[in-house]
Amino acid sequence: MTRRLSLFNVTSLVIGFAFLYLPILLLVVYSFNASRLVTVWGGFSTQWYGALFRNEALMEAAWVTLRIALLSASLATVLGTLAALALTRYGRFTGRTLFTGMVYAPMVMPEVITGLSLLLFFVAIGLDRGFWTITLAHTTLTMCFVTVVVQSRLMTFDRSLEEAAMDLGAPPLRTFFSVTLPLIAPSIVAGFLLAFTLSLDDLVIASFNTGPGATTLPIRIYSQVRLGLSPEINAASTILIGIVTLGVVSATVLSKRSLLRSQRNAH
Amino acid sequence: MPRPPKFASVGAVRRSFAPWADPDAKPLIRFENVTKRFGDAIAVNDLSLDVFEGEFFCLLGPSGCGKTTLMRMLAGFEHPSEGRITLAGQSLAGVPPYRRPVNMMFQSYALFPHMSVEKNIAFGLKQDGLPKDEIAARVGEMLRLVQLERLAKRYSSQLSGGQRQRVALARALAKKPKVLLLDEPLGALDKKLREETQFELMDIQHELGMTFVVVTHDQEEAMTMADRIAVMDHGRIVQVATPGGIYEQPKTRFIAEFVGDVNILEGNVLGQENGLWHVQTPSAEAPLTIDDPDEVLHSGQAVAIAVRPEKMVIQRNPPGPGAVNVLTGEVWDIGYLGDWTVYRVKLASGAILRVTLANRSRFVESPIDWDDQVYVTFAPDAAVILAE
Repeated sequence: MTRRLSLFNVTSLVIGFAFLYLPILLLVVYSFNASRLVTVWGGFSTQWYGALFRNEALMEAAWVTLRIALLSASLATVLGTLAALALTRYGRFTGRTLFTGMVYAPMVMPEVITGLSLLLFFVAIGLDRGFWTITLAHTTLTMCFVTVVVQSRLMTFDRSLEEAAMDLGAPPLRTFFSVTLPLIAPSIVAGFLLAFTLSLDDLVIASFNTGPGATTLPIRIYSQVRLGLSPEINAASTILIGIVTLGVVSATVLSKRSLLRSQRNAH
Repeated sequence: MPRPPKFASVGAVRRSFAPWADPDAKPLIRFENVTKRFGDAIAVNDLSLDVFEGEFFCLLGPSGCGKTTLMRMLAGFEHPSEGRITLAGQSLAGVPPYRRPVNMMFQSYALFPHMSVEKNIAFGLKQDGLPKDEIAARVGEMLRLVQLERLAKRYSSQLSGGQRQRVALARALAKKPKVLLLDEPLGALDKKLREETQFELMDIQHELGMTFVVVTHDQEEAMTMADRIAVMDHGRIVQVATPGGIYEQPKTRFIAEFVGDVNILEGNVLGQENGLWHVQTPSAEAPLTIDDPDEVLHSGQAVAIAVRPEKMVIQRNPPGPGAVNVLTGEVWDIGYLGDWTVYRVKLASGAILRVTLANRSRFVESPIDWDDQVYVTFAPDAAVILAE
């Protein structure tokens, strides 16, 4: 492979990244705009960040979002890890293919449909819409992502490590906690971060299943934007982008490192 | 006519140690008519086997012969479909791996990558709930045994292949199991290291007095280390014997060909005379004379004569008039290995013989050359008759 960057390569790189990130960059830049007009540059200022932290409605929404994200990501991590274990460990049980497909379905299902069907379900069982319905809905959405991440690690897991632990006298449960879990932990954390991030920025499913007192940040931003753009929202979005980026990057680094580790020990 | 057995002490056998020859000895491990099926495939087929305390026992066979399955059943990772396995008289049925007084050294070593060398070795002792100072003492003892004291704090990713092998061995030995199972213990090592380690394993086994069961596909490894070898093929045991017994008195053609090099001459039995068999073969003009009294054969029966290459003599001068077992041919190929020279001799029948000659002196006046006409002879008791 040649390392020289040709004009063609540079151009396509710039155009590609510009296409992806220019709108976001613009939003970030305008969050530091001194002017009240969103589209006119009036000099650098951090005043909108200050205003943001004084805006109680937004701060309340942020707090709700954070709690939902933490809780649903934790639930999704436990359920997703268990699903991954079942799918990789119990061989070819009846209905395995169906089960695999069903676990992955929410990843490709249009969010509108997921949101709507969850709403119908919650109404049917008489659950009041609010904090808990969003949390459950997000758990449903994100657990399949955890499963995918953890499963890919388990595929490369050397089963003889577990056999060795059992051979040396550790019963199955102790084997799991002293050998399996420590070795797949990075991928579980990666799955958690991914689930957390997904819950944090979800608008569609949340808006279907929200209720009084459970307005998440994306819902709040969306409804405020409909009334008119405000630089405050730019600031809030910038912070959100920061958190999401951090989550995704650390999830990627963690799962990559965990995969490298398993390969290094496999040879 | 009955004669004393000829092959009472062949090979390097510990003469004082032969519990398998003692009818009163109780085996430590006993497989009784064990069959293991995986779906339709039969991995182990109605197999019975005794292993005695203090034995260095090798399961030898080509890949897929069922030797690993046999070992995994002993460790408790697989369960017999039929038959039973006993250890010191106790049935192992239903006993999970973590309750068996058996430890295993895995082919991949299976060292825990998130634990240091000493934590790896201590793992099994911790499961037994031993006090801390006792664990530390035992770990130290094991580290000394495998000469890894300096690397106690290292992780497996920081060790060489040979060092990992030692850690795996120390970890499996730490609990002082009744039986140590070793799955291809030297497979991942290079040739030189493998040979050293073979002798080390023998020393350790001798020192600890433990029973070792080794699975290997490497016949040289099995020959060097084992007190007895069980040769397996297609889920069955073909022969159980000392290395010398396997090599010098193979029971079947498969064993003769699997263990070491061998020349096979096919022919038909003419009859017996003075306890010697006469066999007509297309490879030689005169019938061959074979001294293998244990075989029960009838005239006209098709047999294979197996002769090891080093038990054949190659020469350019015709042998004397009274000579038996004379094969004539021309030198087809010569391979000089330093300690040995290998001659491939093409007989008139088209068969190719492999004859080896130890190079005892550095200079040979007129060495055998390519295309030379040669005579290959062997003594009547150098050959084994294998019924087809």
